[in-house]
Amino acid sequence: MGQKLLLDTVHIENIQTYEGYAKQGGYQAIAKVLKSMSPEEVLEEVKKSGLRGRGGAGFPTGMKWSFIAKPEGVPRYLLCNADESEPGTFKDRYLMEKNPHLLIEGMIVSSFALGCHTSYIYIRGEFMWILHILEKAIAEAYAKGWLGKNIKGSGYDLDLYVSPGAGAYICGEETALIESLEGKRGNPRIKPPFPAIKGLWQSPTVVNNVETLASVVPIINRGGEEYAKIGIGRSTGTKLISACGNVNKPGVYEIELGISVEEFLYSDEYCGGIKGGKRLKACVPGGSSVPILPHYLVTKTAAGEQRLMSYESLSDGGFATGSMLGSGGFIVFDEDQCVVRNTWNFTRFYHHESCGQCSPCREGTGWMEKVLHRIENGHGHMHDLDLLWDVQRKIEGNTICPLGDAAAWPVAAALRHFREEFEWHIKEPIKCLKGNYGLVNEPALAV
Amino acid sequence: MGEIKEFKPEILKEIDRIIKQFPEGNQKSAILRVLHLAQNEFGNWLSADTMDYVARLLHLNPIEVYEVATFYSMYNVKAVGKVVIEVCRTGPCCLVGAENIIRHLENSLEIKPGQTTADGLFTLKTVECLGACGYGPMFQIGETYYENLTEEKVDGILNTFRTAQN
Ligand SMILES: Cc1cc2nc3c(=O)[nH]c(=O)nc-3n(C[C@H](O)[C@H](O)[C@H](O)COP(=O)(O)O)c2cc1C
Ligand code: FES
Repeated sequence: MGQKLLLDTVHIENIQTYEGYAKQGGYQAIAKVLKSMSPEEVLEEVKKSGLRGRGGAGFPTGMKWSFIAKPEGVPRYLLCNADESEPGTFKDRYLMEKNPHLLIEGMIVSSFALGCHTSYIYIRGEFMWILHILEKAIAEAYAKGWLGKNIKGSGYDLDLYVSPGAGAYICGEETALIESLEGKRGNPRIKPPFPAIKGLWQSPTVVNNVETLASVVPIINRGGEEYAKIGIGRSTGTKLISACGNVNKPGVYEIELGISVEEFLYSDEYCGGIKGGKRLKACVPGGSSVPILPHYLVTKTAAGEQRLMSYESLSDGGFATGSMLGSGGFIVFDEDQCVVRNTWNFTRFYHHESCGQCSPCREGTGWMEKVLHRIENGHGHMHDLDLLWDVQRKIEGNTICPLGDAAAWPVAAALRHFREEFEWHIKEPIKCLKGNYGLVNEPALAV
Repeated sequence: MGEIKEFKPEILKEIDRIIKQFPEGNQKSAILRVLHLAQNEFGNWLSADTMDYVARLLHLNPIEVYEVATFYSMYNVKAVGKVVIEVCRTGPCCLVGAENIIRHLENSLEIKPGQTTADGLFTLKTVECLGACGYGPMFQIGETYYENLTEEKVDGILNTFRTAQN
């Protein structure tokens, strides 16, 4: 059994309440910080921990914090990204529902390190009931003196609020999130200036994922160095993985980074194998935006090494034969699933969610959706495959925010690994409407 | 012009609390949350009257409210039924049968996504991933998530709303 740092107490019935959380050692990290640490020392621990952003990009958290500008007399803001909209991802929701005080404590510690006196949790509007859970927990924290003016006599003031979105994937992108929190449409901003310099209301701002901020609590409790001993290489600590699709036990799991994909997928402690004893067809290991892996690249890398649940191993082989850990949305496809249909579905998602500012994304996602729909419905042509390749390539890297890349990568990866399945749809339009292609063949020579 | 809109006093108090969460002069930040409240209060959708009322409350130009209301998918800018079923149509849910559930809803309600039943009770909306991918197929009604749906479960839920209506 791996160590758990975030979900170790979720089975305790009243852990949602202040008393329950405090009884399990809650609010000791912030107590330690206020009593004996400076903001710089907190930052140092986070740096030592090797913690990387859990929202998808895996950017080192300590480094991100060190970029925040500190002009005299200007407030700074910490924003928690609880937008959780990447298809396949439902981990932050679980953490907030089960253990809201952990996030709150993590935000107090992190706000202290950054010198923020007002912080916000931006949560997707559909999670309104979690917003109520968080507000209740925040009210408890105020009542116990962990929020508000002069926290526990330390002289440090902090207010913490929750604010909802209203249905827009793009608001998970940090500058769109800021726009949305300012009460506007969620159109991402052109960077620079980066939020660390000019973010919310033009003030220096840090945006971090729910799980990232919650992880700061065990880092302070154990010390950064101890935290860094968990995991493998530059993938330190534990990670929440939300498993879905055709597995026996979908759900949210906390893993020590570095366990094998094989163990995660097949052991009873985690996914428990493919449902119905079927064969594995493919896996999207880090949320819909990351490249899909065909069955022969899921548990092993192209070099024949065991694939691990870590930032490095999942991306081993680059986009040619690897993928990404991303947000930890682990989507499993059994042999009866259709990759063309799923690619069309994902593309429809990105088209729907494109904010429309940049032509390559707004138009390109629409084109890809139409072409994929045509192929899936038996009206495709061989040259459509070149067209798809061309369109995705022209989106990637040509947009203000990475939603364009996120839309392009799944299409590129599907074409790369499942070309024979796409071709079959085009050559056998009747068969593709009735049945499915099954597993693709492993190329004789790994490229 | 419709009837004059006014929030109940307790909601006005709630809005006051929300506005105070933002530094003075930034009451615009309250707009998303206030629109959720308005949609709940005034018939599940945001009419022009409702949006204008919200604009007055927050001291904003009406256009600032329209801009927001039309960007976010949770806001209905056309009239909808009493019960809005928002069913997830995204990949992970489809791997576990969402398409069948959507078809079943269409057949049971005799409407397509985007439409409202003749009796004005149900509106069917297909939406993108609601962050419940491991518990699909699923839909949301109001603040409630209904997860691990089967056709039988769906029938039961629809019947509960039908009975509550009568
Ligand atoms: C289109 C798009 C959607 C995103 N959605 C989310 C999200 O739902 N939650 C999240 O934490 N990060 C999301 N991100 C990443 C954020 O922009 C940002 O990198 C992250 O919140 C930083 O936090 P971290 O460093 O703690 O990971 C998204 C990025 C893009 C481009
Ligand atoms: S795909 Fe349906 S909730 Fe995520």
